[in-house]
Amino acid sequence: MQKRISNLPFQGTKEQEEKLREIIARHKGEPGAVMPTLHEAQEVYGYLPIEVQTMIADGLGVPLEEVFGVSTFYSQFSLTPKGKYNVSICLGTACYVKGAAAVLDKLTELLGIQPEECTPDGKFSLTACRCVGACGLAPVLTINDDVYGRMTPEEVEGVLAKYSV
Amino acid sequence: MYRSNVLVCGGTGCTSSNSELIIKRLQEEIKAAGLEKEVNVVRTGCFGLCALGPIMIVYPEGSFYSRVTPEDVPEIVEEHLLKGRIVRRLLYQETVVDDNTVKSLNQTPFYSKQHRIALKNCGVINPEEIDEYIAVDGYKALGKVLTEMTPQEVIDTILKSGLRGRGGAGFPTGRKWSFAAANQADQKYVCCNADEGDPGAFMDRSVLEGDPHSVLEAMAIAGYAIGATQGYIYIRAEYPIAVKRLQIAIRQAREYGLLGKNIFDSGFDFDIDIRLGAGAFVCGEETALMTSIEGKRGEPRVRPPFPAVKGLFGKPTVLNNVETYANIAQIILNGPEWFSSIGTEKSKGTKVFALGGKIQHTGLVEVPMGTTLREIIEEIGGGVPNGHKFKAAQTGGPSGGCIPASLMDTPIDYDNLIAIGSMMGSGGLIVMDDTTCMVDIAKFFLEFTVDESCGKCTPCRVGTKRLLEILNKITSGNGTLEDIDNLESLCYYIKENALCGLGQTAPNPVLSTLRYFRDEYVAHVTDKVCPAGVCKALTNFVIDPDKCRGCTLCARNCPVGAISGSVKQPHTIDTSKCIKCGACMEKCKFDAISKR
Repeated sequence: MQKRISNLPFQGTKEQEEKLREIIARHKGEPGAVMPTLHEAQEVYGYLPIEVQTMIADGLGVPLEEVFGVSTFYSQFSLTPKGKYNVSICLGTACYVKGAAAVLDKLTELLGIQPEECTPDGKFSLTACRCVGACGLAPVLTINDDVYGRMTPEEVEGVLAKYSV
Repeated sequence: MYRSNVLVCGGTGCTSSNSELIIKRLQEEIKAAGLEKEVNVVRTGCFGLCALGPIMIVYPEGSFYSRVTPEDVPEIVEEHLLKGRIVRRLLYQETVVDDNTVKSLNQTPFYSKQHRIALKNCGVINPEEIDEYIAVDGYKALGKVLTEMTPQEVIDTILKSGLRGRGGAGFPTGRKWSFAAANQADQKYVCCNADEGDPGAFMDRSVLEGDPHSVLEAMAIAGYAIGATQGYIYIRAEYPIAVKRLQIAIRQAREYGLLGKNIFDSGFDFDIDIRLGAGAFVCGEETALMTSIEGKRGEPRVRPPFPAVKGLFGKPTVLNNVETYANIAQIILNGPEWFSSIGTEKSKGTKVFALGGKIQHTGLVEVPMGTTLREIIEEIGGGVPNGHKFKAAQTGGPSGGCIPASLMDTPIDYDNLIAIGSMMGSGGLIVMDDTTCMVDIAKFFLEFTVDESCGKCTPCRVGTKRLLEILNKITSGNGTLEDIDNLESLCYYIKENALCGLGQTAPNPVLSTLRYFRDEYVAHVTDKVCPAGVCKALTNFVIDPDKCRGCTLCARNCPVGAISGSVKQPHTIDTSKCIKCGACMEKCKFDAISKR
């Protein structure tokens, strides 16, 4: 999937930076360190802005190109910040044949954003993911850690309304 | 000893529908009733019947409660656990017998045809307790191997069993091990492929969530057989529950001395680490997976050299799939003859399938090789719901193909599936009915492969894009018969020239739908019609004047004002204005609007 790069200014805090330095120090020198470091860095910052990737490259002593190459290769690594509520619709085969595409259409209509985007107020972001493995509940929608199974386009508005604060 | 055991499914499906809360409420209610010394609550792995989740089984009665909600818990505790009266309204219908008794699960159609080897402990033991695994003969195979067998004997046993890789291609596992054992090196590796990227497949996840120690034990056995001391499990980050249970399992195995230095006092050292994937389908390909463990972009490498010669970090490596490992300990304990007595001539043992899509019982089933598609879909799966007609079953994910109704009696094994243009794949089995458009399904898979192509080789990077463009042209109503021919020849070109398994199999969904459903492609290009009514550009909504009562509901709900007509007179749709949203059809109370 084409990666979108955030144009929002980087707003990392001192505490986050300290945590990142500690992560880098723990992985430095271990074989294949770039991926675990990126995973943990994303947990700290929520996404991987170029500033964070630069710190990782410098800290681990690998070229930035290599870090950037890895972060853009894997769909789990996000270069854009996520909203307060990340709405994720499963487009795996089981969900697709049970009508996930219509649910996605409704989501883009109601939120006014496309997949991989975030609403201007930072509240909702939208992702289309490949199979969360809950195929018995197809089609599946997740909002942060909450799972909504057997979704229909009609139910989307009601579900989103639960996240109005 | 507890007088009653309550098993609650803690797999991803049931957890998603609140089984954690059910467990919490159970513990609270049991405590409130003063039964905590008599009743034991166990969080298990997947039972398989995911369509009926959240699932709870109460032993010794064996009552199978389905679609349990947290609100049902007080009743279950009060009625069943305290007073001994089964809560009949929550029972799975198939287990209910008229004379107030409950049928055993193994007698229900869903379970009676299954043969569980890889899933033996799933839904039976608590996966977070190593003692429960040991109680069902866990780590006994590792003990036997380390104290009674030579590495060569282990390899011979696996070879003799006829076990083939469950990840898709079906390469004999014993041969893989013997190649890696024959190569001398200062360091070798054992890897486990748990990057279940095939959408609609969740077998490996269920094994890891329900029985993680079986995989650890098998990896240690593989390590002993080939002379490796380090193992890696490459698992998708999308499976948080499986990752957590694996971490717990590894920690417990280390504490018990079943991983680490000098296991069973035999002088054999073996340890396992977890590596998280990050969402790249191509990393399920063996060389790409190893490149990814090395921390790089997960691009495949040219083979040869094969991983058995030069794999992870350039060292000889054995890589097997989760389900393959889940069979190993059973083969060691029960003997290769037992295993090879199950299945067909060239495909031994069982296969786990994840049933999904338009089927009554979505879930996980394990059947002997050679079971027919009809048995799996109609007898075990309960058939297609809502009165629709079975159209095709898709196996092998984006690398596989669609099997039409006419081939439903084919016994399923590796070779038969390849012969009919699909493949075993990891075991996803998606059922499609007459409301599924086969051209649209081919397009769906191509969109997936275009997204997931790593970009290293041109046939895959550019070729799949061109395939998708042609499919888009066809589904938007602009296709010609020549496009269908071009589509087909490009498919064969990509198959022959792509670098890795992903590219070589990417055209399969197109080729198999062309083979069995060519008339649907032709209908799209010559008649400009989508027979299943899925492709929007080729669908028109029409109002049946005989059924329309002129209630005006559709006209009031049409977002673009395409419907006109006076009150109590049949309405009509202006197709030039219609955006085909389907709102009118949903609203109509008289069933007067249909897609053509």
